[in-house]
Amino acid sequence: MNVHPSIATHPNVDQWLEFTADERIVVHTGKVDIGQRISTALAIIAAEELDVDYNRIDVKRTQTGLDPDEGFTAGSMSMQHSGSAIRLASATTRHYLIDLAANVLGLAPGTLVVDDGIVRSLVTGAHVSYWSLLTDKSLSVRIDETAPLKRPADYSWIGKAVIPKGLVDIVRGKTVFVHDLQLPQMLHSRVVRPPHSAARIESLDTTVIKDLKDSGVITVQDGSFLAVAATDEYRATKAAARLFSAIQWNLGSGIPTKDVFAALRSNAKVSLPVAEGGAPIEQPVSPLTEPPEEATITLTSTLEKPYLMHGSIGPSAACAVYENDLLTIYTHSQGVYPLRGAIAEALHLPLDTVQVTFMPGAGCYGHNGADDAAFDAALIALAVPGKPVLLKWTREEEHAWEPYGSAMVCELRASLDGNGKIIDWSHESYGDTFIMGRPAAGRTGSPASKLLSNRFRTDAPEQSLAQPAMGPHVGIHRNLEPLYTIPKPRLVKHLVGRLPFRTSALRTLGAFANIVAIESLIDQLADAAGVPPVEFRLQHLDDERGRQVLQSLSEQMAADAAGSSDILSQGIAFARYKNAAAYCAVGIELEVSEQANVRLIRAWVVADAGEIVDPAGITAQLEGGLIQAASWSLYETVTYDANGVTSRDWDTYPILRFNNVPHVHTLLIDRPGEPFLGAGEAVGGPTGGAIANAIRRATGLCVSRMPFNQNNIRAAALKQ
Amino acid sequence: MIALTINGQVHALEVAPDTPLVFVLRNELGLTGTKIGCASEQCGACAVLVDGESTLSCVRPVADFVDQQVVTIEGMSEDPMGSRVQQAFIEEGAAQCGYCTPGMVIATTALLNQINRPTATDIHGALNIHLCRCGSQPRVLAAIQRVTDRNT
Repeated sequence: MNVHPSIATHPNVDQWLEFTADERIVVHTGKVDIGQRISTALAIIAAEELDVDYNRIDVKRTQTGLDPDEGFTAGSMSMQHSGSAIRLASATTRHYLIDLAANVLGLAPGTLVVDDGIVRSLVTGAHVSYWSLLTDKSLSVRIDETAPLKRPADYSWIGKAVIPKGLVDIVRGKTVFVHDLQLPQMLHSRVVRPPHSAARIESLDTTVIKDLKDSGVITVQDGSFLAVAATDEYRATKAAARLFSAIQWNLGSGIPTKDVFAALRSNAKVSLPVAEGGAPIEQPVSPLTEPPEEATITLTSTLEKPYLMHGSIGPSAACAVYENDLLTIYTHSQGVYPLRGAIAEALHLPLDTVQVTFMPGAGCYGHNGADDAAFDAALIALAVPGKPVLLKWTREEEHAWEPYGSAMVCELRASLDGNGKIIDWSHESYGDTFIMGRPAAGRTGSPASKLLSNRFRTDAPEQSLAQPAMGPHVGIHRNLEPLYTIPKPRLVKHLVGRLPFRTSALRTLGAFANIVAIESLIDQLADAAGVPPVEFRLQHLDDERGRQVLQSLSEQMAADAAGSSDILSQGIAFARYKNAAAYCAVGIELEVSEQANVRLIRAWVVADAGEIVDPAGITAQLEGGLIQAASWSLYETVTYDANGVTSRDWDTYPILRFNNVPHVHTLLIDRPGEPFLGAGEAVGGPTGGAIANAIRRATGLCVSRMPFNQNNIRAAALKQ
Repeated sequence: MIALTINGQVHALEVAPDTPLVFVLRNELGLTGTKIGCASEQCGACAVLVDGESTLSCVRPVADFVDQQVVTIEGMSEDPMGSRVQQAFIEEGAAQCGYCTPGMVIATTALLNQINRPTATDIHGALNIHLCRCGSQPRVLAAIQRVTDRNT
């Protein structure tokens, strides 16, 4: 059988479950809770398979050396990885403890039941608790990957409503984010950043450093990395501003100002065909030929997606202390183990002298400034041994320096035959890589070279050129392969070089742009064929679960009288994330004003994410993903000129606010007993596609450039 | 020395009078529920109640708040409406990462203390400054609905 990836590296039950003296159970996981409620889902799974009350279960925050190394919390994989491992660990443990109890009680295992951790005989009433069974026994038992799991009919916790782990503290302001740490002798710290990535310090007025020192502010410098630290936070912020004004910058070549979409099409690139299954192959790209003779209609479609920010509401932060040759770091990184490796390498420290612990931060939605801030804090902490350093990025720093989601261009062409069937399809996507930016081993360049401030130190590591990611549905070719039945689609990824900004993983990677592009063209083809949009998709979709999601969306929108108003327009879109995770269909109802502003009215989401553990959690992920993708679609673009990023606050990088939040209706299709399918990213692409399609139905315009704001809608109107 | 009334208690503090209120709340008084999101009054994470009004604390100096009643998220459960709003947020799951949530609770409480049954325009007026990147807004709106449904 397939070896489960997380169990292969952590095969014992006690690497996942800990029974504590106060009769609670601690779940150890390598996946971190970044607001997606993964700890709630993992606790439900453990409660279910152990037959223990959900409220008796705590989920520990990942710490290097103590908890499983499950790499990054990314790609909607936490339920498949940690969820499945904890499920099997819990089921193994339950069977093991029932056998132990049978021995102790002198009864047959089959006569025993478990209720909240108490094993009891149905016949005699004799009982013993899990915890007393384990007082003199270790749980060093191998996980049985064939351990029988609970039958859905017997579930007590899976699929039921619970209060999410941590929510009560959040609402009461008691959650301690890494930003909130207050440790004895702690210093508050800020980095003094250059104007842009090409700038370096030419000279620095050292009298300012002396003045600052006299007032109790420490300055830390290594090449063009510069930071201040002080006991008082406000003083540290003022010192950083003062220090910035004392620097003469060498601005180097500045930021390339060539239009990014022109650059994507014309810069040097590596081009690869994407084969069936969604992975690129090392072969020449076949040229785009004339449409086949049977083609009666041929349509083209373009989508341009600008650089997008993760846009965490709390700028990145980290706390570090260097004491007794041990560097301890508190971070909201999505991968404490990979980060530990990168920082140890950058600082030439033995791996076992660096300890990294996860603490909550603001939602990150991918690789934002978290890892970079952790390294900044480490650099400063090394300069002030024994003192904890709490380093916070500013809003401006987060906006200007986080690794952005790649800008992309998608060029599509498709043909229909006389029966309205798609008989020809070409889809080329141009972009920078999404997945080479994380500070992790085994990818282009050293992990240490990915840490932002390492590039500004005296001994800055070499930057390597990104190489194309080759796995199925990763990077810019995520969801490039359509799920629809299309004969021999021509699929091409172009990894483009010499682009102006550092990029890395942002929720959905390339799937957002690819799905929006596919779904826009599919919708236009449906109109050209004279077939309603849902019906046209069903005609090209064999996947039964996908069909059900689309049909449910159609029924729900009809039941809610979508389309009954003259002034509102509707659009739908559908995708299965990575063609392997959750299925999701979205309907959007909107209005485009005379001034070309888009107002969202209602939204419908239908999703099949396999077996549902925490329905309210999945619903929140889908709704939240919809709001975020609507914001990308309507408002967002990173702006810049030769002097650097110009979108440095929430006015210059607007995101969706309350006054454009649609009423969202979410419908989940539960599949008890089926594998978990990650849901955190499924809704993004379909949301963008549904918005694009609704705007086209409202205006008759195919707006090819995102965001679909006043400027770009008007530009599309002028082009027509 | 600056005297501030925070969550009903008077504190005499040795702080520079130009220090923004949020730093004083967080670092001098340990009230870290109030967050810093933008430090430029653009996101709402730092909202506190000042004499019952939702007020941003990330720019205005602490000296501005002398003689005023400041209530932070930590004092919200003492406010009858604040307590109801918190309960509704829990019941509706109106938070994901939770970084913006204290500000949202403050703004919602101020709104519902002033208007029993707010219109969509009232709600936008009160909450538009509050950014949430996780997309918890539909749940927050549901929480507001939940409180007003009980205001009968």
